[in-house]
Amino acid sequence: MVAPAALRVVRCGGSSLHGARAVFSADSKYLLCAAGDFVKMYSVATEETLRLMGGHADLVTGIQLNPHNRMQLYSSSLDGSIKLWDFMDGIPIKTFTVGPKLLALYALASCEDSVFVVIPKSGERDTFQLVSVKLTKAAGQDVEAKELSVVLDGVDASPKRIAFGREGEYVASVKDVNLQVYFFKQKQLNRFSVSATKTKSGNNHFTCMACHPTQDCIATGHADGKIRLWYANFYHRKEYTFTTLHWHHDSVMDLAFSIEGTSLLSGGVESVLVLWHNESDCQKDFLPRLGSAIEYISMSSDGTLCCTLHTDNRITIINSNLRFSKSIQGLIKSPDIKTGLVVDPRTKALVLNGEPGHLQFYCLRSDQQLFSLDIVQRQYIHQAGLKQADLVKVAFSAQGKWLATVEEREEVTDPELQLKLWFYDEETQSFKLNTRINMPHDDHITDMCFRDMDELEDDSLILVTAGRDCVFKVWMMVEDTDPEAQQSVSWSCDFVGSYHNYQATNCCFSEDGSLLAVSFEETVTVWDSVTWDLKCTFCHPPGKIRNICFGRLTCSKYLIGATDGGFLCCWNLLSCALEWSAHLNVSVLQPDPLSEHIAAVSWLSKESSLFVFKPNEPRPIYIQRNLSKEKIQLAAFVPRDEPEMIGSEKYLWLRRSQLFFLTDTQELMTLSAKSLEERLTPSSKQLAVEESLPVTPFSLLLGKHRRQRSQEGTDLGKLIVHNKHEQDSPAVKELLHTPAHVLPSASFLCPIFINSLLISKENKSAEEVADEVDMESEKTEDDSDEEGEVTEMEQEDKSPTELLGEMTCKLSKSQEKELRKIRKMDYSWISAF
Amino acid sequence: MATYKPVVVQSFPKLGERITQDTVYWRGYKTPVQIKEFGAVNKIDFSPVPPYNYAVTASSRIHIYGRYSQEPVKTFSRFKDAAYCATYRDDGNLLVAGSEEGSIRLFDISGRAPLRQFDGHTKAVHVVGFLSDKYRIFSGGDDYSSNLWDIPSATEIVSYSEHTDYVRCGCASKVNADVFITGSYDHTVKLFDARTKSSVMTIDHGQPVESVLLFPSGGLLVSAGGRYVKVWDVLKGGQLLVSLKNHHKTVTCLCLNSSGQRLLSGSLDRHVKIYSTTSYKVVHSFNYATSILSLALSPEDETIVVGMTNGVLNVKHRKPEERKEKSQSKRQPAYRTYVKGRTYMPKQEDFCVSKPVKRVLRKYDKLLKSFQSSKALDAVLEPPIRLYTPEVTVAVMQELHRRGTLRSALAGRDEKQINLLLTFVARRVIEPRFTPVLVTVADMITDIYQPVVGQSAIVDRQFLKLQEAIGKEIDYQEELLEVLGMMDTLFATFTKKRATYLEENKSNGLTETIETNTNN
Repeated sequence: MVAPAALRVVRCGGSSLHGARAVFSADSKYLLCAAGDFVKMYSVATEETLRLMGGHADLVTGIQLNPHNRMQLYSSSLDGSIKLWDFMDGIPIKTFTVGPKLLALYALASCEDSVFVVIPKSGERDTFQLVSVKLTKAAGQDVEAKELSVVLDGVDASPKRIAFGREGEYVASVKDVNLQVYFFKQKQLNRFSVSATKTKSGNNHFTCMACHPTQDCIATGHADGKIRLWYANFYHRKEYTFTTLHWHHDSVMDLAFSIEGTSLLSGGVESVLVLWHNESDCQKDFLPRLGSAIEYISMSSDGTLCCTLHTDNRITIINSNLRFSKSIQGLIKSPDIKTGLVVDPRTKALVLNGEPGHLQFYCLRSDQQLFSLDIVQRQYIHQAGLKQADLVKVAFSAQGKWLATVEEREEVTDPELQLKLWFYDEETQSFKLNTRINMPHDDHITDMCFRDMDELEDDSLILVTAGRDCVFKVWMMVEDTDPEAQQSVSWSCDFVGSYHNYQATNCCFSEDGSLLAVSFEETVTVWDSVTWDLKCTFCHPPGKIRNICFGRLTCSKYLIGATDGGFLCCWNLLSCALEWSAHLNVSVLQPDPLSEHIAAVSWLSKESSLFVFKPNEPRPIYIQRNLSKEKIQLAAFVPRDEPEMIGSEKYLWLRRSQLFFLTDTQELMTLSAKSLEERLTPSSKQLAVEESLPVTPFSLLLGKHRRQRSQEGTDLGKLIVHNKHEQDSPAVKELLHTPAHVLPSASFLCPIFINSLLISKENKSAEEVADEVDMESEKTEDDSDEEGEVTEMEQEDKSPTELLGEMTCKLSKSQEKELRKIRKMDYSWISAF
Repeated sequence: MATYKPVVVQSFPKLGERITQDTVYWRGYKTPVQIKEFGAVNKIDFSPVPPYNYAVTASSRIHIYGRYSQEPVKTFSRFKDAAYCATYRDDGNLLVAGSEEGSIRLFDISGRAPLRQFDGHTKAVHVVGFLSDKYRIFSGGDDYSSNLWDIPSATEIVSYSEHTDYVRCGCASKVNADVFITGSYDHTVKLFDARTKSSVMTIDHGQPVESVLLFPSGGLLVSAGGRYVKVWDVLKGGQLLVSLKNHHKTVTCLCLNSSGQRLLSGSLDRHVKIYSTTSYKVVHSFNYATSILSLALSPEDETIVVGMTNGVLNVKHRKPEERKEKSQSKRQPAYRTYVKGRTYMPKQEDFCVSKPVKRVLRKYDKLLKSFQSSKALDAVLEPPIRLYTPEVTVAVMQELHRRGTLRSALAGRDEKQINLLLTFVARRVIEPRFTPVLVTVADMITDIYQPVVGQSAIVDRQFLKLQEAIGKEIDYQEELLEVLGMMDTLFATFTKKRATYLEENKSNGLTETIETNTNN
């Protein structure tokens, strides 16, 4: 069965950012990074990924802004092509096909229409050369660029070991213990070397270099942690001096000069960013504990920001005064993912090892780290060869209320183990340590699971840990017995089970929580979870059990097991017999929590394949061969927020939840039936061009002023409108146009006039006398109605003012009220005449 | 960017007695005052009105003590033979006492001679008391009868002869002026209503009843006799609520604290146990020198007075808790200036400048932060930390080991410092919580300083001490393993019997027996 093309493997995160130095856009608002085969654009202000520019067929190895147009970007890749992008719109403008693998890319302002790339020297292995590529101005999207001219021979493949100095006057390159400097104008090549020494901490090979922007000064970093500053008149071979700066205890990973060249930044394995102020007197500042080793350092063009790329794919943005500003974190790369892929039931985030000793919660939708939970709570020392405690197992309870973690520290004699149970605190919205158990097992813990019972979460939560010390332990929540003490719970061991002194390797609860399956090497044992009695055992030699899981929903009577010997077995729990078995070397066995489907990933002859099946029939529902070239370590089903509409019946298993894989290189992949365009979020489509204008204090001031003026204008306008409206009122017109001698006395006209000025309900009580307020507030609505009526009347025949004028001039308040009542009466009968 | 994380000092759960609010509360008494009486103290009763004097009945006298006086403020000694059960009336003006010769005497607190004398019992009267209407007295005597007396006329109102043995304890209901109960050596507690001719309720305690008590609500009755303290629900017709067996000798006296939340019982086994009246579990217990006969708590639990068989009166006063408040009041102005402006709410136009919160690190943390391992180790080997918080020292050692710098931190020390280190290790290595770390430390020290062994007598002596300590511990562990092996064999034989035992328990049904460890 061949998989139809509709279902594609999609990369969705975790790609390595180590291709090249990150580049700030000209206004320092965006940060561009090489991420695997893509170029990613981040917003510096909000840390979010704005754009993903794909098109290269292999890893991107270099990105540079076009020195002649700051809105364009060059990128080079191992597939042998250079692409020119308009990164504001995310459109590829041109593709230059060079041919050989491109390992690094440099662009110079002084060199019109050519860029520099590092390519492997043809015919020789592990020798590389720096060449300049002429980028032709020919029309068309895809252009061949075969015009190569060699600049330097015998350079290193790493992009950190070549640098251009002083507006491109010279290029310097380091390899092993040699430094070579080539002057473009003079066409002169100078070579220097340091004598190779080996000390305890390492050798003094060059690891990286940077050129001073204005002076003839080259900074080089060495593997033994020293930084050498070469001041010279490099025209003459013999006249050079160097000073040594030494703080790093391990190799210097990257160097960068500030824009003015007054200070130097260096970083290394210690994960400390060092700022050397003045080269002469070794003044330095530190920004310590950046999380993991610094791989690249880059500066923004205006010198206000600096960014460090770390080995764990984190990007840190640092202010010019060496203050930590922001950190862009996608899927943090951990040296070894021991926890597996776990889904947090509360946030639907993927949970796995993050930075050492931490648990990262990775949001799949936004490709961002939600938060990092410090489990070990000890200072991590960034030093090679130290054995430090790290997280090995994680389990969530069904509602995400409890989290169990196991950390261990490898020791020569016996490992240091800790089991921690965390309670989710609704108030602080984070996990709080509840119980810490030292040495829960005498040997490594191999597996851990909660009894997943949704409705019984509160009191009957059970945790099972399986250990290599041949036992599995059952942990229960116990409440503190003293009734007057504040209610609190803690965990303690309730039952210890073992089977013939075999190592326990896996444990798993059935869907309803009534049965516990624990595998002991080659045997699977099934236990009653109430009495902890051994119910039955299953065995299917040869090979030890690698994975076990129960079927779900309609298939809950089946138990699936995968063995080392390359067998997938399905046992029926009712008949206690083997239902079926298949010859399949399963490396990952993952049941979907929302359906009966189980995904098995097998590793066979350099490719991984996916098999999806239901336990009740031995035929798989879906097979995807060649899932990835790399070995797939882990997989997880993540429930969708709402079931997706899937047309084809074959992919119905993807309806309720999505399957994610993590490869050996820690790239996160998923299977998707949608096309790439659909998956892109619409929000990232448009970037306002205005926003890219830098905000200056002057513009802020101006903007404020303008806003104020415009506001005033609108206010005035409103007033004018009101006035007009009032002048339009017929009562006022009448008053103004009637000759003075026929008007009644002013004291009588006053209330009518004022009433006519009333326009809205909002200011109803303003003009009323205090003692009448309560009454009037009830009436105002009527009044306004009445107003309309009055004016109508006026237009129809006699004006009421004239009528009233014949009455006595002085009216008491009570009389006035009566008058109003009369006015309220229906006069429509008049119109009938 | 993460901040520096201080060294985690592991806290271990404390073994043995857990500190609860109760233990803190009941430990808050000063060292006891001992007063010698002429004979066994059979009754102590606090006056219900301030200044809360208490009447102590011992031998043929009744002494009245003031709150802090060691000498009696007043003495009633008009008894030919032993006096029993001197009890105050609710207003604290009258005192009634029984006697060996069978007469009951009523005293005015201010006077000396008895106001009234009630004769009618043929044998000793061990229990007397006022009913809550203040005008009647109930009594119980060794002639098996319980009587009710009218104070104004000094006559017997009614006499019940229902008990079949000595009546030794009794209590009047505070709610109903006609109800009182008496407990007798015939194993029963009887509830009498003065309006009826016979007892209203009979409760079988199972042992000779030594003391009875009614809760202020009148609904619950506590009886003590034999080793048991039993609580009965009177309103449900005398149903047993709970039976407590926490003493291993006869319980002689009962008492409630002022809030009614705690029940105290004194026993011949020299213990006073304090129970919570909600869970009926022992929350605290006191230990005394000799068997206890009587027990009383003053209002507000200010004083606990315990009378013993050897005539010693043990008086404990609560510690005053004023000192703390004083020191706080002194600091107050400084604190006020400190929090000045804290509550200020920023207005909309205000521009907020946040000040970073300065974290205070301990000295060793500061040194560890700057990777000065040797100095950090020095810092935690200073006397206050080393002596009082050894867990900090060990935590830092562990942290250094984790960082791989423990060896260099231990190396290069002079004689005095090695001596100090070895003393610490030798003393603490046998503590189970420190053993894993300190074994590594000891290993490293011997490794590093092996070449200099023999050069200094002090260091050599410390090494020998360390060897001795470890040798002892090994022997001890071996012994423990042997015991464990023996116990395992015992448990193996027990397993079969346990099944039947469980079934027995189930058949018991309603009666729930709470048994806790009796030997403290």
